[in-house]
Amino acid sequence: MNAEISGHGLGASRWIGKRVPRKEDPRLLTGRGQFVDDVVLPGMLHVAFARSPVACGRIISIDREAAQQMPGVHAVLTAADIAARPIRMLSFFFTEAEIAIAPLADGHVSYLGEPVALVVAESRAMAEDAAALVEIACEEGQPIVSIAQARTGAPIHPGMDSNIAAEIGDEEIDEELEQRLAASALRIRQKVVHQRISQAPMETRGVIASRDGPEELTLWITCQSPHLVARWVSLALDLPDSAIRVIAKDVGGAFGLKNHPWKEECAVIVAALLLGKPLKWIEDRYEALTASNQAREAEMTLEAGFDAEGRLTGSHGIYDCNNGAFPQGADSNIAVHMFVWAAYRQPAYAFVSRGWYTNTNGLAAYRGPWAMESLVRETLLDKAGRRLGIDPVEIRRRNLVYLADQPATSSMGIPLEDITPGECLEKLLQHFDMAQFRREQAKARSEGRYLGVGIAAYVEPTGSAGSMAPMTGELAQVRIEPTGKVTATMSTHSQGHGTATTMAQCIADRLGVRYEDVTVFEGDSSRGGFGPGAAGSRQGVIAGGAAIRCSELLADKVRTVAAHLLNASPDSVVLSDGMVHVEGAPEMTRPLSEIAAIAYGEPDRLPPDLETGLEMQFRYQPPPMTFTSAAHLAIVEVDAETGFVTILRWISSEDCGTVINPAVVEGQISGGLAQAIGMVLLEDMPYDAHGNPLAATFKDYLLPGIGDVPVFEFVHANTPSRTIGGMRGVGEGGAIIGPPTLVNAIADALSPFGEIEELVLPLTPARILDVIEQRDVSGTSKANSPVAETPVTLSPEPVPAEDVVQGVSAAGPAGDWDMVLKTPMGPQAMQAHFDVEGSALRGYLAAPEGRQEFRGGIVEGNRLRFDLKVEKPMKITLKYDLEVSGDAIAGKCKMGMFGSAKVTGKRAP
Amino acid sequence: MSEHAIAWTVNAHPRRDRVEARTSLADHLRLEVGCTGVHLGCEHGVCGACTVIVDGRAVRSCLMLAVQADGACVTTVEGLAAPDGTLHTVQQAMREAHGVQCGFCTPGVLMTFAALSSDAAKADEQAMIAAMSGHICRCTGYQGIRRAAKALADKAVGSGQGT
Repeated sequence: MNAEISGHGLGASRWIGKRVPRKEDPRLLTGRGQFVDDVVLPGMLHVAFARSPVACGRIISIDREAAQQMPGVHAVLTAADIAARPIRMLSFFFTEAEIAIAPLADGHVSYLGEPVALVVAESRAMAEDAAALVEIACEEGQPIVSIAQARTGAPIHPGMDSNIAAEIGDEEIDEELEQRLAASALRIRQKVVHQRISQAPMETRGVIASRDGPEELTLWITCQSPHLVARWVSLALDLPDSAIRVIAKDVGGAFGLKNHPWKEECAVIVAALLLGKPLKWIEDRYEALTASNQAREAEMTLEAGFDAEGRLTGSHGIYDCNNGAFPQGADSNIAVHMFVWAAYRQPAYAFVSRGWYTNTNGLAAYRGPWAMESLVRETLLDKAGRRLGIDPVEIRRRNLVYLADQPATSSMGIPLEDITPGECLEKLLQHFDMAQFRREQAKARSEGRYLGVGIAAYVEPTGSAGSMAPMTGELAQVRIEPTGKVTATMSTHSQGHGTATTMAQCIADRLGVRYEDVTVFEGDSSRGGFGPGAAGSRQGVIAGGAAIRCSELLADKVRTVAAHLLNASPDSVVLSDGMVHVEGAPEMTRPLSEIAAIAYGEPDRLPPDLETGLEMQFRYQPPPMTFTSAAHLAIVEVDAETGFVTILRWISSEDCGTVINPAVVEGQISGGLAQAIGMVLLEDMPYDAHGNPLAATFKDYLLPGIGDVPVFEFVHANTPSRTIGGMRGVGEGGAIIGPPTLVNAIADALSPFGEIEELVLPLTPARILDVIEQRDVSGTSKANSPVAETPVTLSPEPVPAEDVVQGVSAAGPAGDWDMVLKTPMGPQAMQAHFDVEGSALRGYLAAPEGRQEFRGGIVEGNRLRFDLKVEKPMKITLKYDLEVSGDAIAGKCKMGMFGSAKVTGKRAP
Repeated sequence: MSEHAIAWTVNAHPRRDRVEARTSLADHLRLEVGCTGVHLGCEHGVCGACTVIVDGRAVRSCLMLAVQADGACVTTVEGLAAPDGTLHTVQQAMREAHGVQCGFCTPGVLMTFAALSSDAAKADEQAMIAAMSGHICRCTGYQGIRRAAKALADKAVGSGQGT
């Protein structure tokens, strides 16, 4: 099952690949975990929030009189109070938003539940009692709730000219692609309307902020990386890193919600700085469901052409997602398009993508945030297969990229060197007899039972490092203590990932010590170096590599010391089970503890010039991206009377490279699959027309229970990656590949009745009965007009030619400009300088990261065109096409495969 | 708010407490008794994380008032393992089955398993899995919890040594 791993100078005991018990379990099983609400500080006060009762409106008054007079209440703070300590609410990429975001609503409210006032009291109960007495009077406006409303409605944020939070791509299908699609034997569209999802970690959000003197701030916060929170808060508050310590020993799940602090946490941090008392806020479930950031609400229409043999000829995608009022980074989700066809031989793809502001809870990440791509593609492929009379396995075989096809480049320019979706599918099919199933299916249908099989394949970018500010390498610091016991501090962080276990396995494996003798410390920003924690399926890949290489380097030092002490050659020294052996000389065997004690305590016995102690650190910078591949298969039965879906079987065939611990890998995939089942069948966070979130308890927001999730079967179809250790990330995959697998199985079961024309999630029994009874399945297609029918002009209105001529060109394009480029990672401010000679243009663009010159540009009247080559996030040529109008400049920047991004700006003063 | 005196037993230790009438058993166990292994996932009786054993029965401590525990014998997750640290069978079963990820729902799962695996309950695998429908786990997809239920029903759990 596991990849061959070379090990120099190591004994027979290997720990990588073993299903060892987890290091985290003993404390968690005995109630001795330390979650944020378990921490109590002397003199600590408690926070509760008074929240907006409406989805949008102007705040007329905030009456805090009654609240302030409640016993035990220390303070009731509003936006005006906490403005005394400015804080910049940054995105995950540490960029500032285009819109104003403050911890507490200031002047107007933009979603129902937005925190307006913060109550500080001696107990949580007192704080909640008092918060209920804060009277917030609002002049209620007409909220923008849906994407459809956002397109046509007035901008929800003052100063914005539309509700577009982010956009990228090109509206029009270019001629060549249109010709490809028009010439196809089959041209087919698949539309998916994805519901809004609550990440719903079992531990809600929470924070304790303690100002320890004027220069130190300590936070206990439930998060995905204490290091990332420390860095974020440091930048947000403009404090040096050293002043901030963030601790998060145990975290009860996060799934993307807890990447960094947001409104409530920031309000608590600022209030703690202002009041000088430790403050604790623990979100209750009602708040978690109705006021935490949320995810996934999006629509996508994917169009694709096929030749008569079912081979792809071209494709176009339109994606829109609801960003809510205050997203943790305005997002048009470029990754959807980057990866939609990455596993397939797709000759041409173009797209347009937009994120929309609405009066709803802001967008945050959720496991596989770009997962729409796999859902829309894999369901389209099955639909196309049914139209062409090609079965789901065959249509994938004809289009998937197999190892034999590589190296290759995807239609979006991604280099593919070792992806294995096709191989995963073939290995899966060794464990499933499709012909036999089709016979059973036919027999069942004749008895009025509707079975279906669903297949899906995909690739996923994991272990990303080096192209985005927070996505760095990972650090391992490993030491053999003078006792011979091994301790490591890692940049990793577990919210259930079991990194203390898997990292200990990597270390024990490469140091030749017992797993039981290795302890891994994490969960505290004062320990270990920076890492973004659980983000982008990265820790096993990168930190695993760091732990392996660091341990190998340390083992080399042990061999050097032991060889010197035992008068042997370093090559003959073998570390195994915590003992140091010399090959061929069993009498020379020494416990590692003896070597360690000498390394620390008897410097005279060490080789000259060798540093004392047995300590090592290594930061691993992996390849920019490591692909994980998988193919999944599900069997379902749909009850045609009730529309109820029963999942009968589910097989995962995944290539996650070297498996450090199969139980941890299977646990990650299973958790993602359970969330996939929730997304397809159960979970939904709807809003009513007034912007009221309608799922406020776990009786309304239906999480999958044990009866909804089948036993999963695993085929570990692994090929080692090119990273140190050969791992590939596995954290998000289940949540990405699960939904199309299950939808395809349901669609196959329903095929005697008809197609699920427009896939609206969740597929409730009512929606499934709509297909069975041949009604309009969505129930929404009349309410939400299709994407293609409501084109929105995204580029600025072209300036009429005469305006350009009249009096505007006097200033001309030459000189300095302040410009903003709306990149997929947020708006990027830059200074432009243009020198014009006749029609020749040269100059530079400057940003804090550096300045880049260009020449060879063209000026035509007030239109400027020039190219700029960049290396990050990947090698692309940026093609600027701008129009000057007086002191304003606007236009587009074509960013290679990413399509066009908007540029705006004004003449520098 | 009225205050009430209660005399009860928590994890085999007799106690006397004064409790506000409105305080839930869960809050009282966490804040006054120090049983922070009692986890609050929803505070409305759905997720099951706060489950404790009251007089032999698995109970959601967020839905019970502390004052109602007067005279009761309460066991929390802290009271499961033997004084020498040997894990209770249900703890060992969950460990062997890799039933734990983030560990937040775990204490409640353990308490329901413990109530069902007592000699009096004699629950079989199906009954245990049915009871688990009252627990929400967002991490594991219930795979390890299912295996633990089977191992407990089959009495195929290791000794609990060697943690």
